[in-house]
Amino acid sequence: MAELVLIVRMAGRRVAIPASEVEAVVELEGLTPAPRAAAHVAGLSALRSRVLTVIDAMASLELGCSFGEGLIEAVVVNSGGHPYALLVDEVEDVIETDGAPLAVRAPIGAGWDRVAIGMIDAGSDLLLLVDPHLVIAGPAAQAA
Amino acid sequence: MDDLINDFLAETRDMLQSLSGAIVAWEAEPGDRERLDEIFRFVHTVKGNCGFFDLPRLQQLSHAAEDVLADVRAGRRTADSRLVSAVLAVIDRIGELVNALETGDSLASEDDEQLIAALSEDEEEDVETAPTATPEPDAPVIDLERRKNVRSIRLSVDLLDRMMSGVSDAVLARNELARRLRDAERDVAVEAAFERVSGCIAEIRDAITRTRMQRIDNLFAALPRMVRDLSSELGKQVRLEVDGGDVELDREMIEMIRDPLSHIVRNAIDHGIESSADRAKAGKEAIGVLRVSARQAGNQILIEVADDGRGIDADKLVAKAIAAGIVTSDRAERMSHVERIQLIFAAGLSTAGQVTAISGRGVGMDVVRANIERIGGVVDLDSRLGHGVKLVIRVPLTLTIIPALTVSAGGQIFAIPRSAIEEILRARGAAVRVDRLGDANVATIRGRRVPLVGLSGLLGVDTAVADDEQKLILLKPAGGDVYALAVDAVHDHEELVVKPAAPLVMAAGLYAGTTLADDGRPILLLDPSGMASRAGVGSGEQEVEHRPAADAMTEQTRESTLLLFRGLDGGLRAVPVPVVERIEDVPADSISFTAGRLRVPVGERILPLAGCAEAPAEGLLRILRLTDGAAEIAYGFAEVVDIRAVAIDLQPALVPGEVSGVALIDGNQVEIVDPYWLFAAFAGEAADGAEQPTCALPADDPWMANILRPLIESLGYRVVPAGEEVLADIVIASAEAGGAAQSTAGEVLRIRARPEPDEGDNSIYRYDRAALISALSRHGKDRKHG
Repeated sequence: MAELVLIVRMAGRRVAIPASEVEAVVELEGLTPAPRAAAHVAGLSALRSRVLTVIDAMASLELGCSFGEGLIEAVVVNSGGHPYALLVDEVEDVIETDGAPLAVRAPIGAGWDRVAIGMIDAGSDLLLLVDPHLVIAGPAAQAA
Repeated sequence: MDDLINDFLAETRDMLQSLSGAIVAWEAEPGDRERLDEIFRFVHTVKGNCGFFDLPRLQQLSHAAEDVLADVRAGRRTADSRLVSAVLAVIDRIGELVNALETGDSLASEDDEQLIAALSEDEEEDVETAPTATPEPDAPVIDLERRKNVRSIRLSVDLLDRMMSGVSDAVLARNELARRLRDAERDVAVEAAFERVSGCIAEIRDAITRTRMQRIDNLFAALPRMVRDLSSELGKQVRLEVDGGDVELDREMIEMIRDPLSHIVRNAIDHGIESSADRAKAGKEAIGVLRVSARQAGNQILIEVADDGRGIDADKLVAKAIAAGIVTSDRAERMSHVERIQLIFAAGLSTAGQVTAISGRGVGMDVVRANIERIGGVVDLDSRLGHGVKLVIRVPLTLTIIPALTVSAGGQIFAIPRSAIEEILRARGAAVRVDRLGDANVATIRGRRVPLVGLSGLLGVDTAVADDEQKLILLKPAGGDVYALAVDAVHDHEELVVKPAAPLVMAAGLYAGTTLADDGRPILLLDPSGMASRAGVGSGEQEVEHRPAADAMTEQTRESTLLLFRGLDGGLRAVPVPVVERIEDVPADSISFTAGRLRVPVGERILPLAGCAEAPAEGLLRILRLTDGAAEIAYGFAEVVDIRAVAIDLQPALVPGEVSGVALIDGNQVEIVDPYWLFAAFAGEAADGAEQPTCALPADDPWMANILRPLIESLGYRVVPAGEEVLADIVIASAEAGGAAQSTAGEVLRIRARPEPDEGDNSIYRYDRAALISALSRHGKDRKHG
């Protein structure tokens, strides 16, 4: 079964996100901090008249946090009725993959392990398929 | 009723449309049980509805079809092709009738009988041609023409929401453009075009807001049934009186009120209204009355639920509250009647002796109040033991647009709903003292001690200004106690379109939602009660407002919020913000010198125009609409400079006039406009200065100082600040402030903020101008004669 995936660089790694979950790829202009919100919320940003909650993938994976300067690339995902922008280092391409994701049997780290659906064959590379909703939910969601 | 019929017709049309697939499938395969059920449900629904609407023809047709289909379902008849086409002919006729009803045309009824006859079992092949022969060849054309007259269509709510957000976008874009235009060189042609676009957008926004409105009937429709079921279950007799169903309210708002309202009604029947026997004993009519009404007051909707039951037993309630540890007995003794009955909203309290099946299932009045407050509403409660309870829910017209104040902390802008703001002060102002007690700060503001919470500390951001440069905002969260919030700066009043924030952001417990500023950047809307509980100042018993009389303020050091603006002559002026109703642009050519002075039409009214000697030649004139609560005047000016909360040191003008004096604000000389003189000169007759009676006014009430004072002065009174030693002919006191304002002299005139009086209350509603004037002039005359 063919599925489209979006290949992005996130937290220093190339990963794939199911394209069906992605609403848009945007460049964010400006970031309004949201003090005291969950640690992996980088802030808020406006996309036309919508307010996006900006998620720092790095912080969600508990690998530190990324600092965006100027224009920031982000992937817009709708989760639980709210629009989110997932900060990524770079958006590469949309490709078609065949076959279901396979289980990863290598220790990929606790953060990655929490968000990964499995691994997929993307052309010549093997990539982690990441569930954006789990990245948005962040580390707290699993503890709860 | 017309609305309901339209709804029914639209719904039937929708059902017919979605049924068309099923009809075709059933025709192809008469044995298909699922399709059969679907069609059966349709005719059944139509039959039920038209019985209600008294549409005999539709009812007859659908009834006949239902009977036949029921037989097929029960296996008494088989769905042969003749039966199928007869049923389909009936369904087609239902569709034609629905169209005819919508357009108001009549449709010949002779062949209805034929159609129904075709359904019956014993008909033979010979009538089979009847149903197919009836439609005229040009039917579709007529159909299209008739459809043009349809008065209503059904739209998905999603589409409306999309339109609304599209218009919000347009408003933001307009604001941005307006800012750019102000910065750019003036071009009258461009500005005129922009004003046109601006006006159009405002109109569209207005219209779309209205499409989201729904009659509150939708909310009330479920009540009669509920009351009937509940009262029969409880063995009580209750008469429901509903009023004001034509009041319109935002669709979302109606959904938000549904649960709280039904809970209140349940409570009223369960706990409020007594059984017939008890009522007879109390000398009341056997049938209890529950009155539910709605009305609009300004930009609020009032929903009132009143019963004539036993009322709330305040003593019992207080006893329970003490037992539950909600209040101390010491505090309970000092509580007013209103405070005591409001204990019903405290979590974990119920007056019912025992928990019944109807209410008292753990969902208490605390939840009702919390739900109403979540949508920016207020619940007022009034109860008289033995006579009943009256609950008033006040909610804003729409959920989405709220007036707010923008402030900043740590270089970031936040918004605070204006409904929670009591006052804005300077931390360094003469009226404020801040003491550090342990880890907490307490602000003493004119003798009133309130906890002080730093916004930057609460948010964990670094403040950009020194402590004494900060501004204090006195906040009264709904249902909580007053506290002061220290912010770095206060910016502006704005009307904000508020949207819910993502759960990850709401988890902070500090925010009520997000909104967009004029420049399109997101702003977080702070939640006053959330901040209070995060800071630990919201709960528990606080010192009752403590205002020693010795601390009474003299007028000169009073801090007030001023609107700084540049007059048409270029001079810097200021006017107290509370007297400014709004700022508006009016076309210069509409201004003219009529009946002895410059006047400007605003909406349906003509306002006297102050602030300019002659009408500008062309373009637009920006005006301040000033109001003293009753009269309104326009004041022309060039531009708004700032809004500042300052304690001014006024150097009085040499002669009374439009400007009462000059004060130093930020190193600039600013002329302070005198609203009293303006209203006296433009909106009424000049006050008589000779031998004035005196009137004592509480110094700490901004409404009285800003709004009421001009009225009192216009009646010829000299106003002095109220206090223990003050001698005055008449003393004005706020009815809400309790018994604080006893005076050594004169009569006391109590003024209340709520339109409805409490029982045995001789106070006057604050905007009841006629009653105020009559009371004040009576006192004035008494003094002169005696």
